Amino acid sequence: MSEYLIKNGHVFDPVQGIKGDKKDIAIKDGKIVDKVSSDAKVIDAKGRTVMAGAVEIHAHIAGPKVNMGRIYRPEDKLFSCTPTKGMERMGGGYSIPTTFKTGYEYAKMGYTTAMEAAMPPLFSRHVHEEIRDTPIIDEGAFPVFGNNWFVMEYLKNNEIENTAAYVAWLLRATKGYAVKLVNPGGTEAWAWGLNCLSVNDPVPYFDITPAEIIKGLIEANEFLGLPHSIHIHPNNLGNPGNYTTTLDTLKLAEGYKAKNKFGREQVMHLTHAQFHSYGGETWANFESKAKEITDYVNRNKNITIDTGNVTLDETTTMTADGPFEHHLTELNHLKWANIDVELETGSGVVPYIYSPNISVCAIQWAIGLELALMTKDSMRCFITTDHPNAGPFTRYPRVIKWLMSAKAREAQINAFKHKDKVLSASSIGSLDREITLYELAQMTRAGPAKSLGLTHICGGLKPGMDADVVVYDFNPEKPVASPDLIEKAFSRAAHVFKNGVEVVQNGEIVSNGNKRTLWVDAKVKENPQVMRDINDKFLKFYSMTQANYEALGHHFIPNPLAIEVDATQV
Amino acid sequence: METVTITMKNQPALYLEADNVSPDVFAGKTAAQIADLHVFEGNAKGKLGAYFDVNGNAGATAADTRIVVKGDVKKVKYLGMKMSAGEVVVEGSTDQYAGAWMSGGKMVVRGNAEAFAATAMKGGELVIEGNAGNYLGAAYRGDWRGMSGGKILVKGNAGSDVGMYMLGGEIAINGNVDVHVATHAEGGRVIIKGNAKSKIGGQLVDGEIIIFGSIDVMMPGFKYVDDKELEVDGAKAKFAHYIGDTGERHKKRKGQMIYGNLYKKI
Repeated sequence: MSEYLIKNGHVFDPVQGIKGDKKDIAIKDGKIVDKVSSDAKVIDAKGRTVMAGAVEIHAHIAGPKVNMGRIYRPEDKLFSCTPTKGMERMGGGYSIPTTFKTGYEYAKMGYTTAMEAAMPPLFSRHVHEEIRDTPIIDEGAFPVFGNNWFVMEYLKNNEIENTAAYVAWLLRATKGYAVKLVNPGGTEAWAWGLNCLSVNDPVPYFDITPAEIIKGLIEANEFLGLPHSIHIHPNNLGNPGNYTTTLDTLKLAEGYKAKNKFGREQVMHLTHAQFHSYGGETWANFESKAKEITDYVNRNKNITIDTGNVTLDETTTMTADGPFEHHLTELNHLKWANIDVELETGSGVVPYIYSPNISVCAIQWAIGLELALMTKDSMRCFITTDHPNAGPFTRYPRVIKWLMSAKAREAQINAFKHKDKVLSASSIGSLDREITLYELAQMTRAGPAKSLGLTHICGGLKPGMDADVVVYDFNPEKPVASPDLIEKAFSRAAHVFKNGVEVVQNGEIVSNGNKRTLWVDAKVKENPQVMRDINDKFLKFYSMTQANYEALGHHFIPNPLAIEVDATQV
Repeated sequence: METVTITMKNQPALYLEADNVSPDVFAGKTAAQIADLHVFEGNAKGKLGAYFDVNGNAGATAADTRIVVKGDVKKVKYLGMKMSAGEVVVEGSTDQYAGAWMSGGKMVVRGNAEAFAATAMKGGELVIEGNAGNYLGAAYRGDWRGMSGGKILVKGNAGSDVGMYMLGGEIAINGNVDVHVATHAEGGRVIIKGNAKSKIGGQLVDGEIIIFGSIDVMMPGFKYVDDKELEVDGAKAKFAHYIGDTGERHKKRKGQMIYGNLYKKI
């Protein structure tokens, strides 16, 4: 493989504590190395910013729910198609781009690893076929566990070891990466036309509460020592006053300590916190509770969060939170799709327009930014848009602009129709913090990599790590003439290397790389009871046989990277 | 106003996508520059000048530009697409999406226009002297935002799904229409001088449908209220007034439910 030397760039790498020093980064055989031979190809990064490849911790980019959006929103592709060009295959779609466009767009912004946030286990084969067809970026997928019949039955009797054995089995069967919970218990309740709006609402039939599911899955997760913690979309998403439910959820992690060999410190990752930080009783007195949420997060080191920034675009909401999507279609009257996944989960899809002329949308915009600006430790708060729920991931450069420039935020606030309402319902107007490039590298690289237990692979530029390196046309030594230049620089990287292969040059795709599928291979002691239970459920309830369930082999996982954990000695 | 005349000289083998034929694109260009604009035949990109003779330079702005399309353009799509001002005159019949997404100016089709004419039209005027195809002034596939402003006049008949998801503006049809009129509409007005078939105003939230001829099958969700005298095109006539679609959601104004209105001439 070829050698590269990225010379004289301003390097930002929280893994090594490098804060913009002029440094050379050497690449050999796909890894970052100390030095390279004189044959190395030299990339001049003088006056430019150099960072590791960015890590996406939460986006809906592959699988049946995303595809449902693609199928039922042909209008999302209208005027957004890109023809075949050089290395690129044709692509299309704005909020729900095709798989190819997804890979290209991430790579062009300097993202080299991404996590699909909600994989319905029954459809893991579909998820992996789409991951396979998304070029360049390494991807993993989180199977959903929060409404799973096995999990609820084991946890009702507090059987942690059985839950862990089932989690290990499902991660292997679906080639999953982490334990995801979406509206725990609530989506199952939705099958009865009900919901769980607090952590103590009982799930019908199963007679278990969301709190018991959450605590049980934390214990099972730490029993196994998985690289990532549980990754939770709490109950009561998107409703005024829901911040108390969010605090109740976060408090369930108290007393738990992370047990793993990956350096991960948190036991719970709260995702798209913006949708869970709402005060008020109705949409009329809706307000931000970002302060209450970040106060708690700042005090408790065993939590990480991502923001879920609203980008003020027309988008497509999609979540395994089936009852929420029904609630949303009742609000905006736009088309609704609902899917039930037998024994496991469900989902819904509804288009949504975040209009700057609607005060609620503008306050949501403010909350997302407040969360990022009020969290003190940038290693524990990551930038997402919960793509495509709060906005398309292609808007990350704009979110970065708002975070790095108080002037850009002020300009947006002044453009809101209900500016006064936004200022009185949030504290966005009084925040003068501007995220530094070092903090940005924490929020988009080192932080999410650590939270995912991938510190040994990505998110940094330490010799030995994968050579995921990005050069941005952004000079940290010069004052920024206009905030729009920040957005421009982070939209299209000058150079992107993925595993030591140059994949982007001057914002254009030059190689389709050699993408990998990340999954977690957890070994547990033999557990005949759980194996029998799985067999029973397939015989009694599943509409497919167990032999057709597993995502297996070259067709689904052509280039796997298994992260191994051994829980046989626990 | 300057006139640019484009005349079909080489018929495309496949359908031609000519969304560049609009006063907004032509404005400020010479005949040679216009001939250099691109068109698509299937997935092959070609030049407008390879299919059309181009005569005359455009005006400085769209409003100063008049385009006359001559020859057989029955296999040409997207004429006048997204135009905001000026004039387009198609002397014969044309294919789909004539005047789609137009927001101003005037477009005249002397012959027939195929389906999706004036898709999601926002303003301006479209006159079709022959017949219109299906989905006239409707929303794009999957979209919920149909025609929201402007005026469409069809001197002949129109196909099915006229004004689907219509939000505003006016569609007048001198002849007959096929099934589905103003389905899901939330505003605007559809006038049909001839006869209508069935599914008139299905899921109508708001808006107005006026029918001078017969309706084969009335939607069950419409309720007769009273007889009303209306003035349409300067002539007064008496109509049976129905409200609906009663099976659909409706907005409330001052505590009163606002229904869509259907008027059928007595």
